[in-house]
Amino acid sequence: MLADLPLLSLVIWTPIIGGLLVLFFSKDEQAPLARVIALAVSVLTFLLTIPLWTGFDKSTYQMQFVEYASWIPAFNINYHLGVDGISMPLILLTAFSTVLVVIAGWEVIKYKAAQYLSAFLIMDGLMIGVFSALDSILFYVLWEAMLIPMFLIIGIWGGERRVYATIKFFLYTFLGSVFMLVALIYMYTQSGSFGILDMQNMPLGMTEQILIFLAFLIAFAVKVPMWPVHTWLPDAHVEAPTGGSVILAAIMLKMGTYGFVRFSLPITPDASQQLDWLMIVLSLIAVVYIAFVALVQKDMKKLIAYSSISHMGFVTLGFFMIFAIYANTGSTQGMGMAIEGALVQMISHGFISGAMFLCVGVMYDRMHSRQIADYGGVANTMPIFASFMVLFAMANAGLPGTSGFVGEFMVILAAFKANFWIAFLAATTLIFGAAYTLWMVKRVIFGEVANDKVAALKDVNRREFFILGVLAVAVLALGLWPAPLLDVMHATVDHLIEQVMHSKL
Amino acid sequence: MENVYLTIVLAPLFGAIVAGLFGKQIGRSGAHWITIIGVAISFVMSVIVFKDVIFDGAAVYNQAVYTWMVSDGIRFEVGFLIDQLTAVMLLVVTFVSLMVHIYTIGYMKDDPGYQRFFCYISLFTFSMLMLVMSNNFMQLFFGWEAVGLVSYLLIGFWYKRETAIYANLKAFLVNRVGDFGFILAIAAVLMYFNSLDYQDVFDAAPALAGLTMEIIPGVEWSLMTVIGILLFIGAMGKSAQVPLHVWLPDSMEGPTPISALIHAATMVTAGIFMVARMSPIYELTETALSFILIIGAITALFMGMLGIIQNDIKRVIAYSTLSQLGYMTVALGVSAYAAGIFHLLTHAAFKALLFLAAGSVIIAMHHEQDIRKMGGLKKYMPITYWCMLIGSLALIGFPGLSGFFSKDAIIEAVHASQIPGAGFAYFAVVLGVFITAFYSFRMFFLVFHGQERMDEHTRSHLHESPRVVTWPLLALAVPSVLAGAYFIEPMLFAGMFGDAIYVKPEHDVLAQLGERYNGIWGFIVHGVMAPPFLLAMAGLATAAFFYLKRPDIPAMIKDRFSLVYKVLENNYGFDAFNDSFFAGGSRKLGRLLSNVGDAKLIDGLIVNGTAKSVGWISSKIRFVQTGYLYHYAFAMIVGLLALISLAVGF
Repeated sequence: MLADLPLLSLVIWTPIIGGLLVLFFSKDEQAPLARVIALAVSVLTFLLTIPLWTGFDKSTYQMQFVEYASWIPAFNINYHLGVDGISMPLILLTAFSTVLVVIAGWEVIKYKAAQYLSAFLIMDGLMIGVFSALDSILFYVLWEAMLIPMFLIIGIWGGERRVYATIKFFLYTFLGSVFMLVALIYMYTQSGSFGILDMQNMPLGMTEQILIFLAFLIAFAVKVPMWPVHTWLPDAHVEAPTGGSVILAAIMLKMGTYGFVRFSLPITPDASQQLDWLMIVLSLIAVVYIAFVALVQKDMKKLIAYSSISHMGFVTLGFFMIFAIYANTGSTQGMGMAIEGALVQMISHGFISGAMFLCVGVMYDRMHSRQIADYGGVANTMPIFASFMVLFAMANAGLPGTSGFVGEFMVILAAFKANFWIAFLAATTLIFGAAYTLWMVKRVIFGEVANDKVAALKDVNRREFFILGVLAVAVLALGLWPAPLLDVMHATVDHLIEQVMHSKL
Repeated sequence: MENVYLTIVLAPLFGAIVAGLFGKQIGRSGAHWITIIGVAISFVMSVIVFKDVIFDGAAVYNQAVYTWMVSDGIRFEVGFLIDQLTAVMLLVVTFVSLMVHIYTIGYMKDDPGYQRFFCYISLFTFSMLMLVMSNNFMQLFFGWEAVGLVSYLLIGFWYKRETAIYANLKAFLVNRVGDFGFILAIAAVLMYFNSLDYQDVFDAAPALAGLTMEIIPGVEWSLMTVIGILLFIGAMGKSAQVPLHVWLPDSMEGPTPISALIHAATMVTAGIFMVARMSPIYELTETALSFILIIGAITALFMGMLGIIQNDIKRVIAYSTLSQLGYMTVALGVSAYAAGIFHLLTHAAFKALLFLAAGSVIIAMHHEQDIRKMGGLKKYMPITYWCMLIGSLALIGFPGLSGFFSKDAIIEAVHASQIPGAGFAYFAVVLGVFITAFYSFRMFFLVFHGQERMDEHTRSHLHESPRVVTWPLLALAVPSVLAGAYFIEPMLFAGMFGDAIYVKPEHDVLAQLGERYNGIWGFIVHGVMAPPFLLAMAGLATAAFFYLKRPDIPAMIKDRFSLVYKVLENNYGFDAFNDSFFAGGSRKLGRLLSNVGDAKLIDGLIVNGTAKSVGWISSKIRFVQTGYLYHYAFAMIVGLLALISLAVGF
């Protein structure tokens, strides 16, 4: 019965309509009601995504839960939705994170609570839409629309320099996407279709491919973000409220890497191969250079933001080193592990970065400071919180048994097949990732109680315990048994490799 | 048997989870009971497995427990390999762990983190067991990092102490440097063998022995050498070999029971175990073996020297551990893997004994660890005294005690070896014997004999430790005495390890020793007449002369050779170099990249620069928009003219 429902439309529109509904309760005294409704909507959305997992056919790469309706017939633009093994887990992650964010803002956000929750719910629907859109214009519209709620979240509920951060964030990402739109329109003029799957199959010459690839690269690299277009992220994170940071790190960054697998690799395989060195170099710069930058940050949120960039470097590295693997070994063996490792890293990073930002949020709500220097000895007054923080820090440092290990491990293993030095540089994350994360933990969590404010700290309440506990379970579950997640991906990834290996020239 | 194996690992894990999550509910005694019972079950099961594998000759068990993941058609599994080598390690780990668990009741009696401590040591036991029982490289790495995690948590157990949280961060990062090599080794194995399963890899290794790879273009390296050295870099981190040894002395910031369990008996020997486990790979690469041999010899000699000048009772033993780990590594380097494991076993017993006895002294001294403030403790703590004496004699290789057999076997094996570096290694391990005896008995005499140098208050409270402390000491004293004589023949000469350890015939130095071996008594008689024994006695006598008869001599030497003393005191400059070059350098580079790269270049020049130039350009262009109609009309006409002339021109 569930299978007959337009599930994807439901998970897109339920939070959007729910979010608009919440706006009706925007008076201050109605805030409790707004919270309950928002929670109900987000939970319902998450429950609706579960059949996507349980009803998913792992044996095929074909799009599933497909919905198709004509939208703007004049330009052959359609309301075309569907998921495969790459996008389906991301949709679950999105709905899951939104539930946590709604709970995380419960009593913390007092100013315009209804609008705050509404923005997150609407964004939930839009982001799920991005992951399920199979029409490029639909994708583009949702992709841009998603910026608006995030713009508002940082701009209204953000910190002191929020105006600088929002404008930087908006201009950076908006500028990037314009190039994507040009590429999409060009391909439409050539093939008469805005369908993503059609674009994947259309023939394209080398010059065309390179130009399209570069246009996509600008759009997606900003979003990931890749070095050197990453500087908006630390500012945006620092100014964003906790919930905004969580969504930004857990989901929005994945849009960029999702774009690479959905558009760049299958639509421009030859250009991807031609320019793979560029992608590998940029990814390794992200892994190594950014790790050093993270090491010296004085602001916890900035540190975690840089750590995110460094970890996302593994995703782009995994996607684009497949050509080097083939060139070096003459076999497709290893390509699957590279891509799957990158995909696992996307999901895992969603949990871990979300958890890290929530941890900072828990402390910020009490101390109103993000500066490492203002802390010290938090473990003395918040022992339960400290345990969570150490666990997530270890996950961030890629400890085996946590989800943070799985993706990095797979990418490093595969990288060795491409080139010893790629593996060598990627593996330095074992040292640097541990260095910046645990050094922060040392200064914030351990030591004598640093000041009266730390001495007055109260440990996590039940609400916070619940959020961090759920994430801890997710991080450990994925680390101890990643097989179910990988099983979902195999068919799709195999097909992607076929597409990539099939020259369009 | 699968249920038995699962019980061995899961019983301590269960104890750890209960003590960790429900510590408050079950209370202090609940926490120690549940973890001790867990580890005791594990120990009993390990004894059963040992009997089954060693005495009854049960077949090797090699099965997956569950599939962790499948990617690229390669199964990553969690599974057990139970052979003779595993059986020995199980016995060592669970026995020492059980003793340490019991001892902890006494040692940590007044600590507010009592339950947390039991949770950690049980979790450690679980991790270490997973490491030794693994049947594949991935799980080995899991266990490898998991023991590193628990070591981190335990070194920093007293997290208020600045020195403790400095030490645990240092330990984790230095170990990560080792793991960095390790993970590259695993990647290399996967690339060339397409499997991470030990058996698959060992079976295929001889066929791939001729392969080479280019790391630096134009330079061909033997694949086995690359894998062997990368793996050994992992072992250097965990087993604290020079230059990755720097974390171990600092790890003494942790409570004494874990110094005994983790930083002496078990975790630090993981590297030794790993190389022995990988013997089918190492036998194919003499270069890697030589590398191992030289690193081990340097560690054995030079780290022992540092033990001479330490004044903290635990640090003396820590440097002794480093030196003994060097001995084990030397054994691996000359392909005497069995001798390495043999020394691992005897060392686990006598070194755990020494640490726990030191802990007993520390309790009596109210947590004073400076041996210059001790002295004459013999009459106050007779049990601790005798246990410490047994441990020290075993350590210096006094004939008949366990350390004598294992250390002599290593020295003889090095003597017989032809591998490059064996000459230097022989010199190092023989000289090391004198040094070991000297620093061990320096500490022993300063603590238990001579003048009582503690303050009056401490002296009036001196007494023997309670039974939960002394009983584990006595229990460890037994194998410290007997294990050598009992195991030497089966382990070294009668092939107790079966196929678990592979040695090429031309490397098989133990077989050469075996030809000359004529029983325990013969071995002892031969040992008493050999230089190492005389050196040990000389070391002991020198220590006695210096610290009992003429305490003025050491002070004089210290003054006369102040430069040498400085070098030793500063750990040959390793710490200073690491702090300024690696730690300081990384921070400097980070600041440079952050302030100049990100802030000045990307943000300042490009991002905000673009914004500024847009602002500047628009501020100029703004003047064009004057608002006067005739200006606009003029512009339009000019434009029109231009367009028309263009159109005409084409």
